Amino acid sequence: MAAKKSKKVTKKPAKAKARKPMSKLDQVTVGEINRCAEHVYKRIQKLDKPELKFPERSLKNARYDKKGGFQMGRGRIERTLTVNTVKTFAQTLKLMALSKEMVQEDDFATKREAYYVSKNWGEAKFTSQPESDTVMDDIEALFSLEGVAREQLRFRPEDHGGNVAGSLVVIDRDRETGAEERIDCTRFGSGSYTIPSSVEHFRFETKAKFILVIETGGMFARLHEHKWWRDVNCIIIGTSGVPTRSTRRFIRKLSDDKKLPVYCFNDCDPYGISNIYRTLKVGSGNAVHLNKFFCVPQARYLGVTPQDIVDFELQDATHPLKDVDVKRAKDALKNDPFFRAHKEWQKAIQQMLKMGVRAEQQALAKWGLNFVIDEYLPQKLKAPKKFLP
Amino acid sequence: MTSNESGQGQLFAGTDNQTETADMASKKAGKASPSGARKKRSENAESMARRQREISVSEFFTKNRHLLGFDSPRKALLTAVKEAVDNSLDACEEARILPDLKVTIQRIGDNERQFTMIVEDNGPGIVKTQVPHVFGRLLYGSKFHRLRQSRGQQGIGISAAGMYGQLTTGQPVKVKSKPGRRAVPLEFTIRIDTAKNRPEYSDKPIEWEGKQHGTEVSIPMEGEYRRGQRSIQEFLKLMAVSNPHVNLTFTEPDGTVTEYKRNTDELPKEVEEIKPHPHGVELGILLKMIQESENRTVSAFLQQDFSRVGPTVAKEVCEKAGVNPGSNPRRLDTKTVQRLKDAIEQTKIKAPPLTCIAPIGEELIIKGLKKEVEADFYQAASRKPVVYRGRPFAVEVGIAYGRPGDTLEMTESGKIVEKSVKKNDELLMGNADEPVRLIRFANRVPLVFQQSACAITKAVIGTNWKNYGLQQPRGALPIGPMVIFVHIASVWVPFTSESKEAIAAYDEIMDELKRALMECGRKLGTHVRKGKKLANEFKKRNYITMYIPHVVDALKDILELGEGEVRQATDNLTNVLERSRKL
Repeated sequence: MAAKKSKKVTKKPAKAKARKPMSKLDQVTVGEINRCAEHVYKRIQKLDKPELKFPERSLKNARYDKKGGFQMGRGRIERTLTVNTVKTFAQTLKLMALSKEMVQEDDFATKREAYYVSKNWGEAKFTSQPESDTVMDDIEALFSLEGVAREQLRFRPEDHGGNVAGSLVVIDRDRETGAEERIDCTRFGSGSYTIPSSVEHFRFETKAKFILVIETGGMFARLHEHKWWRDVNCIIIGTSGVPTRSTRRFIRKLSDDKKLPVYCFNDCDPYGISNIYRTLKVGSGNAVHLNKFFCVPQARYLGVTPQDIVDFELQDATHPLKDVDVKRAKDALKNDPFFRAHKEWQKAIQQMLKMGVRAEQQALAKWGLNFVIDEYLPQKLKAPKKFLP
Repeated sequence: MTSNESGQGQLFAGTDNQTETADMASKKAGKASPSGARKKRSENAESMARRQREISVSEFFTKNRHLLGFDSPRKALLTAVKEAVDNSLDACEEARILPDLKVTIQRIGDNERQFTMIVEDNGPGIVKTQVPHVFGRLLYGSKFHRLRQSRGQQGIGISAAGMYGQLTTGQPVKVKSKPGRRAVPLEFTIRIDTAKNRPEYSDKPIEWEGKQHGTEVSIPMEGEYRRGQRSIQEFLKLMAVSNPHVNLTFTEPDGTVTEYKRNTDELPKEVEEIKPHPHGVELGILLKMIQESENRTVSAFLQQDFSRVGPTVAKEVCEKAGVNPGSNPRRLDTKTVQRLKDAIEQTKIKAPPLTCIAPIGEELIIKGLKKEVEADFYQAASRKPVVYRGRPFAVEVGIAYGRPGDTLEMTESGKIVEKSVKKNDELLMGNADEPVRLIRFANRVPLVFQQSACAITKAVIGTNWKNYGLQQPRGALPIGPMVIFVHIASVWVPFTSESKEAIAAYDEIMDELKRALMECGRKLGTHVRKGKKLANEFKKRNYITMYIPHVVDALKDILELGEGEVRQATDNLTNVLERSRKL
C-alpha cells in the first residue's frame, strides 16, 4: 500500500538522528507509552481482543470538590478493538507513537500539526481536526492517570491566551539563552500582554489587590482604555469567551503565588455563568482529567447577576432567553455538580429563568457609557462577600 | 362512472358500454327539449341533412392516427411490428403451432426515413378470400366479438399499419400466404380505399421455397429506426420474455441478426370463449344486452346470455329484483333493469369459468426472465383469475433482482467473496442506484409506451418496497437493480386507448396487482436482506483488515518490533477479529 511506503520515509530521519539523553520526566513519559503499547501487543500475542481503558471525560464522571474544582471520578471507557473502534484504535496508537518520537527528539507538535502529521497515515488519517483532538484528549486523559501531563506528551494547543493589563510584572525566560525576561503589563500602551501557551515557569511581581476576569473583549477594552486598573490597583484579564487552558493556568498560578482574589465579570446568561465562569472556577467535563491544574477555585462571580438586573434597573436592556439558554440553565441545575453544590447559584439561575431574560455586560451602558466604571464596579466592589461563589 | 371511464378511449372499439352511452345520451336528449338545435335557426334540418353522412373509419384514422400509435415515425415502425407479431402469434397458438417468427426491418433504397417492415410466421396462413379484408380493412377481424384471451382485440392494428404505410409512402401492403401444406402460396398486393374502408387488391401465385404454411406481411412505411429504450429490439426482447415458447429472428436495417430462442415447447393453454359473467356488469351493458338478446323471458335471458347462471340463480335474482321471471326483458324500464342489476350484485354467483384465461404461469415466467435477463434472484407469483366487470382476468408478477457480479456470496470456509459471473451488456436491468425497470404485458404483449398512465405502474408505485429492503422515493418506482415483470391476462384488457399502451386502473385490477406484487416482494425482501447482511459484513471485514496494518505499524514504532513479530501480530489480529464476527 502507498501509505506504508510513505510512512517509512518519515520514520527514517527519526532513527538516524542521535538521541539526546532524556530528562527523568521524559523517561517516565516514554515508559508509560511503552507500557500501554506492550499491554496491547501482549493481548494480540495471546489471541485476545486488545483493549484500552480511558477515563470518561464528561460531567457524569466529575465530582465537585470545593477546594479543587471538578475531580475525575472512576468512570472508565473501555475501548475494545472491534469494527467500530478499529480506526480510532489505530489512530490512538499512531498518536502515541508520534508522542514517543517527539519526546525522543525533544520536539513538539501543535494540535493542528499533529492533525496534519496524520495525513501521512493512509486510511488511518484523521478527516477533521476535532477527530484528532478527541483522540488526543483521550490519550491525555489516559496518561494523566499516571501523572503525565499533555505538555510532556509534547502536544500543544495553538489557542492563544487571554489579554492581561494592570500593575503586574511577569518574569519569563528566554527559551534560547535561559535569561530572565521581565514583562511589565502596565507598559503595553493601548495594547495588552497576551498569555502564551506555556506558563508553568512564570514568576510574578505585583502589588495589585485583586484580579478581574472579564468575559468580553469590549468590556476589557473599556476598562483598559480608561486605565481603570490603575485607579483601583488591580489586574484585568480579558478572556473573550471561555478561558483557554493557559489562561486558566495563568490566573490560577498568579492568584496562588500572590494570594490575590479572583473576581469574574461576565454576561448574565446561562452561557456566561455555566460555561465561562464554571469552567474557569472548577473546570469542564471534557477536560475533567486535568482540572486539578487548571481550575481557579478561589474565583468569585462579581456580575452581572440576575439580581443586578433588578438592582440596576436593567430590565429594559435585556433580551429574552432563547430555547438553548433555557435548556442550558435547566441542564446546569439538574446535572452540573458545581451548581448543585451551591444554593446561591441555584437561586440566581432560578431567578434568571423566572425573569426569562438575559443581560449583557454592555447593558450597563444604558445609564451612560462609563456607568460601569463610575457606578457599577465601585458599588459591587464595596461588598466582595456578596459575590456569588 | 360508466361514461367517465369508457369515455377515455374505446372510440372505434364501439364496445358494449360505449354504444350504450350513446343510447343513453339519445334517450336523455329525447326527453329534454333539443335546446342545442334552437340556437341555430339559420340552419334547418334539410340543409344539415345534406352535410350528414357516414364517416368512414379509415378516413377517421387518417385524421386521428395517434390514437392507434402512429403518431411519430419512430413509434409507427414499432407499432406496425407489434401488430404484425401479435397477429402471427395469435394465429400460431390458435392452430397449436410452435411459433417461428422472422422480423426484418429494411431500408427502402437510400432513404433514411423509409423502411419496409416484414414479419413472417409459420402459422396456419389465411385463406384467399379473407386476406384482403384482414389487411385492407379496418375493424375487420375474428377477435372483437369474442370474450376470449388473445393478443389482438379489435381487428384494427395491422390494417391501420398498412394504411399508415400507404399514407406515408404511397406503397401498397404485400402479403404472402400459404394456408396449408398443399395450398398454392399466393402473393397479394393490397391498397386500402380510405373512403370506403374496402381493399383494392390483386394476387398472384408464387414460389415460396421450403414453406409448409404461414403468412408474411410486408409494409413499406415512413419510420425512424433507433435502438435502446422503447425500440423494436427492446420490444422483441420483452416479447421473448413473456413468450418463452417463441423462436424469433430479428434482422435490423444494418444486417445485424438477433435470435431469441425458445426455451420451452409448451404452448400457452388453449383458451375458450365465454359469455359475460353477471357480476360487475354495468347498467348500460345490461340494457344493451337486453336489447340484443333473442330470449323472450328474463329468466332465459339471464341463463343463456350470461355464464354461470342456472335456473336457481335466475330465480333468486328475479325474486330479489321483484321481476317476474317470465316477463319479456325488453319491456323492462330502466329503473327495473337497475333493480335487476342490484339483485345480481347481491346474489352469490359462481366465479366465471376461467378456461378462457391462459396465464403464463410462475414456472414459465421465471424461464422467460432467465432467458433474457441475467440476474441473481428470480421470483414469480401467478394469481388465480378473478373478475372485473364480469370479465375474468389474471395478474402475474415476476421479479429478477441483482446484477450478477455485484453480489457477494459466502464460501464454505466462511470467507466472503464477490460472485464471479460473466458480465454482459444488459439491456433490461438498471444499476443499483437507478429506478427498477418495469416491464408490462397484456395478454403476453409488451406495453412499451405510456408507462406512467398505466395501472401496473400505479400499483408498483403504490406498493411499499421499503418493506422489502429497497429504497423508494415518495410517489416513484423503487430503486434497485431489478426488473419487475407484470402480466395481465384477460378476455378483454381495459386499455386506456386503442393504441393499447396503458391499462385502466379498475379497483379489482389494482387490488390483484398489489397482491401479486406483495407476494413477490415478500420473497424478494428475504433475499435482499440476506444480501445486505452479507454486503455489510463484507464491508466491515474489509474495514477491519484495512486498519489492522496501522495498528500493528504503530506498535512496531513504539515497541521497535522486528519483521517476524509484525507479521505474526498482523495474522493474530486478523484471526482474532474474523473469529469474533458472527453471521
